[in-house]
Amino acid sequence: MHLALKLVAQRLALGLLLLLAVSVLIFAGTQILPGDVAQSILGQSATPEALANLRRDMGLNEPAVSRYFSWLGGALTGDLGTALTSGADISKSIGSRLGNTVFLAGVAAVIAIPLAILLGLLAVRYRERWPDKLISAVTLASISLPEFFIGYVLILIFAVNLGWFPSVATVYDGMGFLDRLSVVILPALTLTMVVLAHMMRMTRAAILNVMQSAYIETAELKGLSGLQVIARHAFPNAIAPIVNVVMLNLAYLVVGVVVVEVVFVYPGMGQYLVDHVSKRDVPVVQACGLIFAAVYIGLNMVADIVSILANPRLRHPK
Amino acid sequence: MKKELDYMSQRVIQRKLNRRDFLGRASALGMSAAAAGTLLSTAAHAAGPVKGGTIKIAVSGGSATDSLDPALSTNTTMTTITRMWGQPLVELGETGGLDNIIAEEFSASPDAKIWTFKIRQGISFSNGQPLTADDVLATMERHAGEESKSGALGILRGIKDMRVDNGSFVLELESANADLPYLLSDYHLMIQPNGGKDNPTAAIGTGPYMIKEHEAGVRTVFERNPHAWLDTMGHAESVELLAINDDTARMSAIQSGQVHIANRVPPKVASLVARARGVEVRSTPGPGHYVFIMHANTAPFDNKDLRMALKYGINRQEMVDKILFGYGSVGNDTPINASYPFYSEMEQREYDPEKAAHHLKASGHEGSVLLRTSDNSFPGAPDAAALFQQSAGAAGINLEIKREPNDGYWSEVWNKQPFCTSYWSGRATQDAMFSTAYLSTADWNDTRFFNEQFDQLLVAARGELDDTKRQGMYADLNMILNQEGGLICPMFNDFVDATTDDVAGWADTKGFDIMNNYAPAKMWLVG
Repeated sequence: MHLALKLVAQRLALGLLLLLAVSVLIFAGTQILPGDVAQSILGQSATPEALANLRRDMGLNEPAVSRYFSWLGGALTGDLGTALTSGADISKSIGSRLGNTVFLAGVAAVIAIPLAILLGLLAVRYRERWPDKLISAVTLASISLPEFFIGYVLILIFAVNLGWFPSVATVYDGMGFLDRLSVVILPALTLTMVVLAHMMRMTRAAILNVMQSAYIETAELKGLSGLQVIARHAFPNAIAPIVNVVMLNLAYLVVGVVVVEVVFVYPGMGQYLVDHVSKRDVPVVQACGLIFAAVYIGLNMVADIVSILANPRLRHPK
Repeated sequence: MKKELDYMSQRVIQRKLNRRDFLGRASALGMSAAAAGTLLSTAAHAAGPVKGGTIKIAVSGGSATDSLDPALSTNTTMTTITRMWGQPLVELGETGGLDNIIAEEFSASPDAKIWTFKIRQGISFSNGQPLTADDVLATMERHAGEESKSGALGILRGIKDMRVDNGSFVLELESANADLPYLLSDYHLMIQPNGGKDNPTAAIGTGPYMIKEHEAGVRTVFERNPHAWLDTMGHAESVELLAINDDTARMSAIQSGQVHIANRVPPKVASLVARARGVEVRSTPGPGHYVFIMHANTAPFDNKDLRMALKYGINRQEMVDKILFGYGSVGNDTPINASYPFYSEMEQREYDPEKAAHHLKASGHEGSVLLRTSDNSFPGAPDAAALFQQSAGAAGINLEIKREPNDGYWSEVWNKQPFCTSYWSGRATQDAMFSTAYLSTADWNDTRFFNEQFDQLLVAARGELDDTKRQGMYADLNMILNQEGGLICPMFNDFVDATTDDVAGWADTKGFDIMNNYAPAKMWLVG
């Protein structure tokens, strides 16, 4: 257990270090943007006095290093500052948007992950036969279509023609869970179709890899059925690569769904970020960048840790 | 059969029969669904407003960065929201002229310098506080103040004094302005308690509704204002407004019946949207125009012959047909069309490659002319630029098109580069439009038009209270712009909106789209 613990601790430390490095990059990136923040807020008609006042209010006269540390300190204590455009508290407004994004990602994940793994197992069971080929063809076709196209097709069929689900996925505070669920079903399905193939193919490949091993032959010789061999003996040993790809897709579901949010008018982080980027609202952009980076790094870290723990050689060192 | 249908449609309006049943029975009587729908909406309109229910509307333009302060309202979503809870002193009439709202009546001194607005008695804000002339004064002070960031600051310049006099609000101007009441119908100038000086984003006003829930750029829910006083508005019990910027999403929302009203139907798909069951596309002429603007003081556009060559080298009708898909009308190289109060006809400039070639030769210009464009300067701008390139090419003018990124177009290209595509939403009056963009000292003189004669005539027209004389002056101003200006205006775009047959009460209205943004307040639910 000792070795595994040490590795896990190492991963955690590396993740935090990486996050710190990303925060430096985000801060530096927004500093080297062309033009001055105060100038872009006030626009072309800004008077020199107004510019000077705003620069002072925003602390732009301080050296960049001290501004970085005060920003980082604030972010660590949950204070992300206020939006320049609306004056709203960023932590508060991001909170509800992040909640929405996580909810949508969660619903999509609950559908996509078990489905992908199940389809992967089935594909292995019937490899090189028609179910395998059908599963691969359908999932690869759906990943090849752009997500806005899938979204519009789903809207046309299920919202406009059949009228089963709403085309506009607006969620709001105080909405019941079931209402929320019915509203996000179309965007969640769209996302499912986008991430399904990647996870399914990886599951299939990882298990096929294990299927070459001697112990699988032993299991087959014991007289176990095909699916039993796969589920009991092959799958547990293929978990590490599968978890990796699942986490990668989970991260995508959180940070990469701007297009789906726009198509379904879903009030998540992506739309929030885009609105503020177009108005040059730097504090919000920084905050979103930091959160996205944290999600990405965090999920990858989880994948690493799971693969460490799933490796019997690391769990039980000689 | 006619009698039976009439009876049934009345039953629907009284909510004793539902719409679906009505359509079913009408078709049983051999009537087509479309005809039955029309019969029903005519009957509903004639029967007058019905109270109750929830109207849902999808509007473009909203953003998570929007503020509820009416001074900062910049897009259709915020303007619509503002009109739900607030009211200005006066408002554009549906068919022209002005309606008195907070002002009971107004009058001007003979020199058009002192304006007196008598404030309506006995009306209250949605918090129950009575509205007084002091609130009106405070509102104007806030928007006109030194520190003001209000979008109405520009139109409130040149005020000498503002005061309250015996229940009236009095505005004294430095120079005459016969259009002042029109300017005060501006959508930023909602009267707020103490002018909103204490809490500009409280959204407390005298409008038909109050905000119940609001998430910027997402959704706003309104409920009826118990202190509302104007009974021509506020028929639905509540209104739910969704901010939907994606055109396809907004259109599918109305096609699937998720909303009753949607603005900005892209002209390209308008005929398809109209085919959906129960959806009606509403096209309203407006003052908005899509333009090509040249800096008249910058080479090579400082040469009048080159400007003329370009003006004759554009095929206006083709633009209306192919860019607006017929939802619009041709322009005449001025920003003014029939939707303005003192409009008079002027000879239409036609596409004429021979004249264009003649002027090109006279200008002595060699080589190409660089035109910058982007997708967001107006819908279809790059296509319009390509059409222009073709039609000008036939006259021997070599237009070179440079596609600029959407991001930063309004800060880096428009009003900076000498020739580009652009968009104007228009203003309430000729004076406001000319003063915003064509007066030598205008903030947004985006054609760099400096013409002394024009400036003098514009200022003179501003102080002219005789309507006939003013109309003549505006005709002259138009002619100067048409001949000398740096503006190529090929088309005026109609507002294209959509409503479902669940709502009635639509009326083509001057101003902005969706009934000058009043559709959710003025329409009502049927059946």
